[in-house]
Amino acid sequence: MAELQTNEGGGKKKGGGSKQKKMSVHVDFTPMVDMNMLLITFFMLCTSLSKPQTMEINMPSNDDKIKTEDRTKVKESQAITLVLSGGDSIFYYTGKPDYNDHNSLKLSSYKASGIRSLLMSRNTEAVSKIDVLKQKKLELKISQKDFTEQVAELKNGKNTPVVIVKASDRATYKNLIDALDEMQICNIGKYVIDKIGPAEFALLKNKKDALKQGNPAK
Amino acid sequence: MSKVKVARKSTLIDMTAMSDVTVLLLTFFMLTSTFVKKEPVQVATPASVSEIKIPETNIMQILIDPTGKVFMSLDKQADMVETLNKVSGELGMSFTPEEVKIFRIQKTFGVPMKSMKAYLALKPEKQDEILKEYGIPTDSTDNQFKTWVKCARATNPDLRIAIKADSKTPYKVIKDVMNSLQDLRENRYNLITSLKKESAN
Repeated sequence: MAELQTNEGGGKKKGGGSKQKKMSVHVDFTPMVDMNMLLITFFMLCTSLSKPQTMEINMPSNDDKIKTEDRTKVKESQAITLVLSGGDSIFYYTGKPDYNDHNSLKLSSYKASGIRSLLMSRNTEAVSKIDVLKQKKLELKISQKDFTEQVAELKNGKNTPVVIVKASDRATYKNLIDALDEMQICNIGKYVIDKIGPAEFALLKNKKDALKQGNPAK
Repeated sequence: MSKVKVARKSTLIDMTAMSDVTVLLLTFFMLTSTFVKKEPVQVATPASVSEIKIPETNIMQILIDPTGKVFMSLDKQADMVETLNKVSGELGMSFTPEEVKIFRIQKTFGVPMKSMKAYLALKPEKQDEILKEYGIPTDSTDNQFKTWVKCARATNPDLRIAIKADSKTPYKVIKDVMNSLQDLRENRYNLITSLKKESAN
């Protein structure tokens, strides 16, 4: 503002005028910058830049009207049931368990060496094929659309395992997400969240009692 | 003379460039920002490797805190009003236009219907404080959660359901919520997670 006033005062001389004109071009931007910085700070603090991730799941219908013969049947040899229990423990059995023998229920863990290696070993065919596809995609040999289509096809292929996740009441939400996460990592397309039945519950209890007594039967 | 002049000039830093940069940054933040929603309870979502981003509109978020309290939020205010009208109609209640107006601007709701009137009459600061104590009933005898979901679905058929729960929430609560959703044949929904830091292998 002060600069503008000097401009008006000495605008008669040609040489001096040109000099003062140069001065008048200088508008002081400092307050402007101050204000902008304040606004930026405000926006930075008040916004969430990253959108939350999400997992999409499809649950089976609860409809009782579906006849038993219409329900999807699972081959016993392909079924793996994960039982999530309290205290971050996870058990699994394959096929149908022997409800009288707690040894059919096996203890595992959420670590990479635990349930992941088991599922990977059951799903080697699909995993290796998907790895090849991923490599192809990296080399831009196939389009994104083809890639997703083929991955979906492989995931739901004939010989892929079917995983049933059963969680007891004492398991946490994190356990459930971890278990579902393993499905993604191990490229398992067919999995379902089911309710834990009384028979499984009893089996789980027996198994836990056995573990407590210090004879972890394998 | 010349020395003095040089000294004077040097004090004037040209802020134009700086201003340009700040305005650019400001524009960027204004365009990309989505404001943090105020939530009644702090929820730490579990991490997962899933990289699907959640859509921005038509979201019905179900918030579950570690003790099992359930809250809900809808992203459109018009839907909020319509849903409230439907729910109150179903439960044989009515709200005055003032109460509806207050409900309209709620970010998250989670008050049993019988306490709703008293809750809406409170001051906004008080509301935030007291909302933590409530939660929508999900038990089988008085499943208002189901009613809310049903009415929200009737209001906006494009609604997507997103469950945001704390990682320490017992599965029992999640099961109740999932069962209620299954009863309503809402078989597709999203679970909100945060990105896992470590790689998949």
